[in-house]
Amino acid sequence: MALTDKDIKKLSHLAKINIDSKDEEIVLSKLEGIIKLIDSMQKVNTVNIDPMSHALDITQPLREDVVTEKNQKNDFLKLGPESNEDHFIVPRVVE
Amino acid sequence: MKNLSLKELNLGLSSKKFSSEELTKFFLNEIKISNPKINAFITVDEEKSLQQARDADKRISQNNINELTGIPIAQKDIFCAKGWKTTCGSKMLDNFYSPYDSKVIELFNQSGAVNLGKTNMDEFAMGSSNETSYYGEVRNPWNLDYVPGGSSGGSAAAVASGMAPASTATDTGGSIRQPSSLCGLTGLKPTYGLVSRFGMIAFASSLDQAGPIAKSAEDCALMLKVMAAHDTRDSTSIKQNIPDYQKSLDHPIKGKTIGLPKEFFNDDLNQEVKIVLEQVIDSYQKMGVNFKEISLANSHLSIPVYYVIAPAEASSNLSRYDGVKFGYRAKEFKDLEEMYLKTREQGFGEEVKRRILVGTYVLSAGYYDAYYLKAQKIRRLIAHDFKNAFKECDLILAPSCPSTAFKIGDKTEDPVSMYMQDMYTISTNLAGLPAISSPAGFINKMPVGFQLIGNYFDEATILNFTHQYQQITDWHQKTPGTDI
Repeated sequence: MALTDKDIKKLSHLAKINIDSKDEEIVLSKLEGIIKLIDSMQKVNTVNIDPMSHALDITQPLREDVVTEKNQKNDFLKLGPESNEDHFIVPRVVE
Repeated sequence: MKNLSLKELNLGLSSKKFSSEELTKFFLNEIKISNPKINAFITVDEEKSLQQARDADKRISQNNINELTGIPIAQKDIFCAKGWKTTCGSKMLDNFYSPYDSKVIELFNQSGAVNLGKTNMDEFAMGSSNETSYYGEVRNPWNLDYVPGGSSGGSAAAVASGMAPASTATDTGGSIRQPSSLCGLTGLKPTYGLVSRFGMIAFASSLDQAGPIAKSAEDCALMLKVMAAHDTRDSTSIKQNIPDYQKSLDHPIKGKTIGLPKEFFNDDLNQEVKIVLEQVIDSYQKMGVNFKEISLANSHLSIPVYYVIAPAEASSNLSRYDGVKFGYRAKEFKDLEEMYLKTREQGFGEEVKRRILVGTYVLSAGYYDAYYLKAQKIRRLIAHDFKNAFKECDLILAPSCPSTAFKIGDKTEDPVSMYMQDMYTISTNLAGLPAISSPAGFINKMPVGFQLIGNYFDEATILNFTHQYQQITDWHQKTPGTDI
């Protein structure tokens, strides 16, 4: 199916990726090429076929709810573009 | 030292013919000479590598040596390594120094191997030519105007050019096997769940699997022995007895059966590749192996199914790169929303953004059933075809790639033509099966490989058959610059 400028704007918003208006046309045409490729699945009959989400059809293992790692707060906070001793800092969201 | 096998390097170290420090210095020097033109490494840290080498020498002097102790191994820059810059080929992680080791790195460290450096790759492993890397394209050591394949192009080029004895790699849709084929190497993608994904930067979690790229099946067996291990920190890691891969290399293969999927050996198959594959079949027949036509009727759907499932999982996995907790953050923004939008616009390259957008599209309201659920259903049909095929044969033989390496820049404008590179490799990722690519000859002086696909956790048989082929051929011993 054909994509529109409106679709590109919506995808940009959902994916949180800014798309410069001068690039919209080229993004749209390349996405359309890919969607045409994946649309070739539509003619396959999949009635009564279960979806496969895991290659070996296993279920997630469970374990006891115990702490397995030591606290590495400082190591991880250091990685943030902006942080103080307890938090990652982001632009103000509450006035 | 440049062309020695892992076994020969191990022998040299254990007999004190050379030390790990000498060996590591040798390869670091090879990197100095060759990397400026090949660009296979993103990060080299001589001091860190040499410290590991000196530690290995201490171990060796106490006779505490196993197969890889003291041997320098190149690590794909997708594996988190404590204190090492770990970029995944992206500007987004250009400032990221991992605070912890991935399981794979941990296992190499435990074995006493030396981390020789972090290899270049397509950004977030999305690509088949190593042209999407933020750190520039990697060049094929066989001809510098050509791509090495991808996404593990740096790992393959490092080994093919003699800058590293072996390397780690990952394969989501062909990223171990395709560069191995294009660079004349042996590369094994194990069964999904055999090698832990803990600390391996995620692309498409239900498909990603790590494995080795090396010069022979025997070297791959030694590498896999170190890499395969159960890990509770990866919930998809499977508890499995790890067989002695090296021991089974010499098992007799006479009387065994290899399946030939009729869908791969049709008129679409490149004629030159077909001739090479016929020679491979002939070699196996001379060893007493039987061939049987089989059918993988849904294999032609692998690419469309993959380009729904992989981008869908990627769009979810890559949502973590938001400029808050680690990695790149845009410099100018007016509020939080704009910070996200600009960080991700500037931090990701074109192909990564494209796949996130496709993934977002197929998962968005109104399209989920038509695309994502549909793809998961066809995935089952593809896996089912393999299940049936393995009732009739021990292994499946297939092309690794549609052709030999292509010229840098040839496919960058048309993403769909690039995606076709993986037409023979993707179905095994969807099914979760193990598969190898082994060198099988040359077309116009560029290497070409063949693929052997095995049943679940049957890496030993794959390595056994590949090793036997490599005993009666010498394609895997050819190196760039030699007469071919």
